[in-house]
Amino acid sequence: MTETKYTEEHEWIRVEGAVGTIGITQYAQEQLGDVVFVDVPAAGRKVAKGEAVAVVESVKAASDIYAPATGEVVESNAALADTPGDVNAEPTGKGWFFKLKLADKGELAGLMDEAAYEAFVKNLG
Amino acid sequence: MTETPAGPLKRTPLYDLHRELGARLVPFAGYEMPVQYPTGILVEHAQTRTACGLFDVSHMGQVRLTAKPGHNAAKAMETLVPGDIAGLQPGQQRYTQFTNDAGGILDDLMVTSTGDHLLVVINAACKDADLAHMQKHLSATCEVEPMFSRGLLALQGPQASAVLSRLAPQVATMKFMTGAYVVIDGARCYVTRSGYTGGDGYEISTPADQTDAIARKLLGHPEVKPIGLGARDSLRLEAGLCLYGHDIDTTTTPVEAVLLWSVGKERRVQGGFPGAAVVQKQIAEGSTRKRVGLLPEGKAIAREGAEIVIAGKTVGIVTSGGFSPTLGRAVAMGYVERSQSANGTRVDLMVRGKPVPAEIVPMPFVKHTYFRG
Repeated sequence: MTETKYTEEHEWIRVEGAVGTIGITQYAQEQLGDVVFVDVPAAGRKVAKGEAVAVVESVKAASDIYAPATGEVVESNAALADTPGDVNAEPTGKGWFFKLKLADKGELAGLMDEAAYEAFVKNLG
Repeated sequence: MTETPAGPLKRTPLYDLHRELGARLVPFAGYEMPVQYPTGILVEHAQTRTACGLFDVSHMGQVRLTAKPGHNAAKAMETLVPGDIAGLQPGQQRYTQFTNDAGGILDDLMVTSTGDHLLVVINAACKDADLAHMQKHLSATCEVEPMFSRGLLALQGPQASAVLSRLAPQVATMKFMTGAYVVIDGARCYVTRSGYTGGDGYEISTPADQTDAIARKLLGHPEVKPIGLGARDSLRLEAGLCLYGHDIDTTTTPVEAVLLWSVGKERRVQGGFPGAAVVQKQIAEGSTRKRVGLLPEGKAIAREGAEIVIAGKTVGIVTSGGFSPTLGRAVAMGYVERSQSANGTRVDLMVRGKPVPAEIVPMPFVKHTYFRG
């Protein structure tokens, strides 16, 4: 049983058991343009909800990625070092950033589900 | 070259075409400009390096200077810039800067002599100030005519000559930094063999109402694709070219910016431009800092504002940095203390609080391929 939630910063978190996989949305990758570098957090790092934990660089600019929940990084996507374009090609698939062992799944209650996120993006014009 | 906050955004003659092509339009220097088209910056960059790209640079300012009876427009212009303008033969173009009394750079610009006039191209964000500056200082000797409604197209890349020659055969033999009146699709245009990519190409000044038709005609050639401001920036950065407001501004002199090549040899001696004493002193004694190329190790990108550090001491700052699509790695330029500016010097660039090792290297990062005949 997996559940995917979304943040207002255009990140998704797909939760299976106590672990959430985090990446950026289709809308976010379109806005960023060609991704050329991703700085992902190392396994073992403890992060707080809202903390800037990763950086995605497009040709034009660097953007922070925020932890959608508190927890410990258990794995990061090492393949992005060589193929950062995966973020553009498959933002919700091969382009994932890192996996987080969640400290409190209750924190996810404040995030949007898919329908709410779609409405949120639509309202951005 | 910053975004202008106030007032409605202006549009170039190609606005409708940009919309049709699916451009992402952003505010830039008071204009609604295409930053990229649907294929994205990396594809647009490669397109320009390997084939041909068409850029809308109509937001830049075009001004025509014509000497009043008994005066000389080139001599008059030399009172504002350090370049050798009086030495321009008809059809020759030169890069120069408007300087202030401290030798700082008010804007950088291109000046072309047609024989009868000087045609000046200035940066979009500076054009109103530049026009006022020219009107104030040159109106006694010259007619200063803004031609801000004209179109300006840049056709850049190794196929640019083959493409434009089909419409106007005489452009094939034009050399880098020369210009000529050329009829394209029935419109009287002024074409120069120049650009902002480090590669071969042309800039085409077009009558406002014929700009759209000429752009569509150029895009009808299979080698040509539209290119936005995003790739324009990555192309010029690889070529080591300065972006006004970032790599050069009122606090940097042509000497510090390593633009001395653009200061006329006689003018270095004779002066006669604003800030000449400062520039001459720096030529004689050296400036305290200079612009250098920087090659960061690894994949992190050091952008504008990153501090340049040696052994924990800040020695300078990055003024432009980004990803070089041609090299597939990060590149940057910035200013460092002259005593630390030798090629091969090891520095750290501070990226989000972490030092990224880098080396001072010569520019350009990607070799220029200008057509010199």
